[in-house]
Amino acid sequence: MQAVLRKRDDRVAGWLFLLPVLVGFLIFYAYPTVRGVWYSFTDYSLLNDPAYVGADNYRELVGDGQFWNALKVTAYYVVVNIGSQTLLALGLAALMHRLTRSVVLRAALLVPWLVPNVTIGLLWAWLLDPDLGFVNHLLGVVGVDTTLSFNSPTWAMPLVALVNSWAYTGYTALLLYAGMLQIPQGLYESASIDGAGEVRMFRSITLPLLRPIIALVLVVSLIGSFQIFDTVAVVYGGKAPIPEARVIYYYIFQQAFTYFHMGYAAAVAMVLVLVLGVLTAVQMRMLRASRSDLG
Amino acid sequence: MLKRASWLALVAALVVTVFPFYWMIRTALTPAADLFRDSTALWPSNPTLINFTRVLGLVSSEEARAAGGSGAEIDFLLYTTNSLVYSGLIAVVQTFCCAMAGYAFARLRFPGRDLVFGVIVAALMVPPIFTLLPNFVLVKQLDLVNTFPGLVLPSLLMTPFAVFFLRQFFLSIPRDVEEAATLEGVGRWGMFWRIVLPMSRGPLITIGLTTIVWSWKDYLWPLLVGKAEETRVLTVGLGVFLQQSPNRAPDWTGLMAGSVLSVVPVLLLLVFLGRRLVQSLNFSGMK
Repeated sequence: MQAVLRKRDDRVAGWLFLLPVLVGFLIFYAYPTVRGVWYSFTDYSLLNDPAYVGADNYRELVGDGQFWNALKVTAYYVVVNIGSQTLLALGLAALMHRLTRSVVLRAALLVPWLVPNVTIGLLWAWLLDPDLGFVNHLLGVVGVDTTLSFNSPTWAMPLVALVNSWAYTGYTALLLYAGMLQIPQGLYESASIDGAGEVRMFRSITLPLLRPIIALVLVVSLIGSFQIFDTVAVVYGGKAPIPEARVIYYYIFQQAFTYFHMGYAAAVAMVLVLVLGVLTAVQMRMLRASRSDLG
Repeated sequence: MLKRASWLALVAALVVTVFPFYWMIRTALTPAADLFRDSTALWPSNPTLINFTRVLGLVSSEEARAAGGSGAEIDFLLYTTNSLVYSGLIAVVQTFCCAMAGYAFARLRFPGRDLVFGVIVAALMVPPIFTLLPNFVLVKQLDLVNTFPGLVLPSLLMTPFAVFFLRQFFLSIPRDVEEAATLEGVGRWGMFWRIVLPMSRGPLITIGLTTIVWSWKDYLWPLLVGKAEETRVLTVGLGVFLQQSPNRAPDWTGLMAGSVLSVVPVLLLLVFLGRRLVQSLNFSGMK
């Protein structure tokens, strides 16, 4: 029977099945990728034709303090965001795994993930309003003497990071929880007979067996985290953020569409491609090295 | 003891997740004039629906201004419709086209197949902002800025992820059924349309739902290409509303009413397809 399938000539059918995707890919992925690389070597303002300038954009970038600041701010954001979000999600997933299988609870935890980042930014801009925000009111009630605000250079980036952690923790927890469900229940039962407590079981059973899923979740959320834009664009009222919150995506956006430095923006985007490429490669390597003992 | 603390932590997580949404609704039901007086009240002293009717463009601009609006034209009914069409259209067409390609990559044999698949998977590594700049230039050159085609075309036909995901799934279907159908003389298209697609309802819904959610959340692309009133989606509408709102005292009650509107459709999705959506978040099944 295999032979019947093998003999069929799918040459025509194959390309016909691929046609719509190929058209979409060539026009909106492949072509712009080539064009993006080309723009990064040009001086282009959207109004004139791109003029080749060699590596000038890249040379300018090396001495551009705002660019380095954007990288630094983004890295800070990613560390706070991924760190808090992954730890909280891991805890939440472990709690659910040991306590309940409720679908309603899981659905409720998923709500913030379903909502546009623009809405989430608006909601937290309101909750953190210096005068009328409910969170600042609560802080006052508890006796904390700080007013949290996106306009505070110290608080801006941690706040944006925590807001996005709030939005994505439930989703991340559900991914980890699904992984935990794959761990044989018997392991917990025998550990419990041997007198191991919950904390001990989490450390010696859940964590090691979940390693590959944790790694996969980390790769995906890290790449997503670098692309922070919407929240920053919204919590500053649609105006440019303070420098302490000018993340790399926003910097590219600003260069391209506020100053019309298309070529320069493309060069900055190229750097982002490289950074993400290296990070993914490193993580993939770690992912391979950390196969679960379950195989 | 530990068990009680664990439940407490879980309930706390639930409250932290849900309370901000409660606050969004509470604020949307507060008259703008009471915003200050009610700023810490758990329920508005004079609950009202005026914020919803005014952002939906259902009252005259004088009435809207009297209720705290800036008087600028704002029509969330239109933006919501645009958002629904935008995400619905992309989800349906994209899922279908990617299923066709995924099937070809998984089952059909032709020279060049694996090379093309490799190139598409490689595109997963390119962050969206990189292709976004030239795509904007392209849409501008085609004179499609502020038109619906310009808005949807770049993601209408495919994303590398959907192609990859569906191909992995099609690879995992047993070949027996298809082989039997081949012997009965069913062609490639008949096989795909009558046998493979109906068998794959689960993954198709998963990828379709994911696409709906992501396009519903889209902001940067629609902001660049569809800012004009007629093509404005909800996220862009909220952004514009915010920009028009006075700096010192933003129109929070109106903004929260608009925000509620951006949450309702996804909540409905969750109510009707919650189990499927929750179960679809399973990385471990996706090797």
